[in-house]
Amino acid sequence: MSADLPRADELGLIGCHVCGLVCRDTGAEHAHCPRCHSSLHRRKTASYSRTWALLIAAFIFYIPANVLPIMRTASVGDIDDNTILSGVIELWVKGSPDLAVIVFTASIMVPVLKFLALVTLLWSSHRASPWARRQRSKLYRLVELIGYWSMLDVFVVALLTALVQFGVLSLVEPLPGVVFFGLTVVLTMFASMSFDPRLIWDGRESDD
Amino acid sequence: MTSPDPASTRMAEQQPLLICEHCDTVYRRRELCCGEVARCLRCDAILERHHRLGVGGMFALVVTAMLVFVQANVWPIVTLGLNGQLISTTLWGAIIMMWREHSQIVSVLAAATLFFFPLCKMSLLGWVLFFAQRGQRAPGFRQAMVALHRVGPWTMSEVFVLGALVAIVKARVYFDVILNPGIFAYAALTLLITVFASIDLRRLWELVPETPA
Repeated sequence: MSADLPRADELGLIGCHVCGLVCRDTGAEHAHCPRCHSSLHRRKTASYSRTWALLIAAFIFYIPANVLPIMRTASVGDIDDNTILSGVIELWVKGSPDLAVIVFTASIMVPVLKFLALVTLLWSSHRASPWARRQRSKLYRLVELIGYWSMLDVFVVALLTALVQFGVLSLVEPLPGVVFFGLTVVLTMFASMSFDPRLIWDGRESDD
Repeated sequence: MTSPDPASTRMAEQQPLLICEHCDTVYRRRELCCGEVARCLRCDAILERHHRLGVGGMFALVVTAMLVFVQANVWPIVTLGLNGQLISTTLWGAIIMMWREHSQIVSVLAAATLFFFPLCKMSLLGWVLFFAQRGQRAPGFRQAMVALHRVGPWTMSEVFVLGALVAIVKARVYFDVILNPGIFAYAALTLLITVFASIDLRRLWELVPETPA
């Protein structure tokens, strides 16, 4: 049923990315939206290559983010370095299991699912696959919606660092893992922003 | 009235059209009734939703959010106690501490997503709505609207509330934890932000007519 709905591309129209104004596609190289003056693109510029590049960069950062410890807790001669996963385990054992589930979801499940989801979207759209288009659109919106919740652990480390400063007795220090983790989150956010969900429906291989 | 621009590619005046951002499907626009949500038939994305709040209501909401934001930043968030020693921190305390502890990138990220971007969003929205209330286009309306669009996904106050909760539970194992007003202000801010996240920026473009210079 939805197959006969007209698409902007076929009607020679462009929807402005920024303000949503419906504009006529004049075919000009550097057209600008008359309302908000942002440049008009039929599709986001170089969507495939940008998204791939950002995604790969994010994945490279994701490895040290998980391998390196993110936080050092020290109390009376007892030094303990925590990675993201060991932090979750500690929270499960000592604190509350429900929060451990939240942290696990936000810092491990969400980034991994985001990688998988974006790779699936890129791969299937590039091959112009007609498979489950509606579901893929929903998947993309989900990725955009939940992506930034991964910053959770970064804020936890920041707050604990500021709070636990009792001198020799005990302290909390941030370790490099948290920096890589923060960068991973930012890069995956950029990656999902540079993907153009309209490519899912285009059924063609160019991405101009 | 809008002055016709001969070179313009604009066509919203002649045909009330709407393009789905997610799949490029073109729809003819229709006024929505109260509480109605228009969804794309092709990809099921939300095209438009009817807003209960008028411009005045939105402005009031933004002003409230700004007041709560000031409180959330000025008041300490939590206090830790150990053997009679008390240490409390505000958001900026955490940011400065991260900077000193050689995690400058994290500190910049936190300052941007928890302080500067939310502040930017609220002030720009407040500025635009203040003039819109009187039926005027704010000076720099176009730049403000474009900036609002860009800042959009980078405000993370609600994530911070959950982060504070996790930090409290982690700290409670070793210390006495006292909740301070800052955390409650943050919780309130989260609710307010959720409400004005649903404000459709694109509607503001049509709400305030363009006046010829």
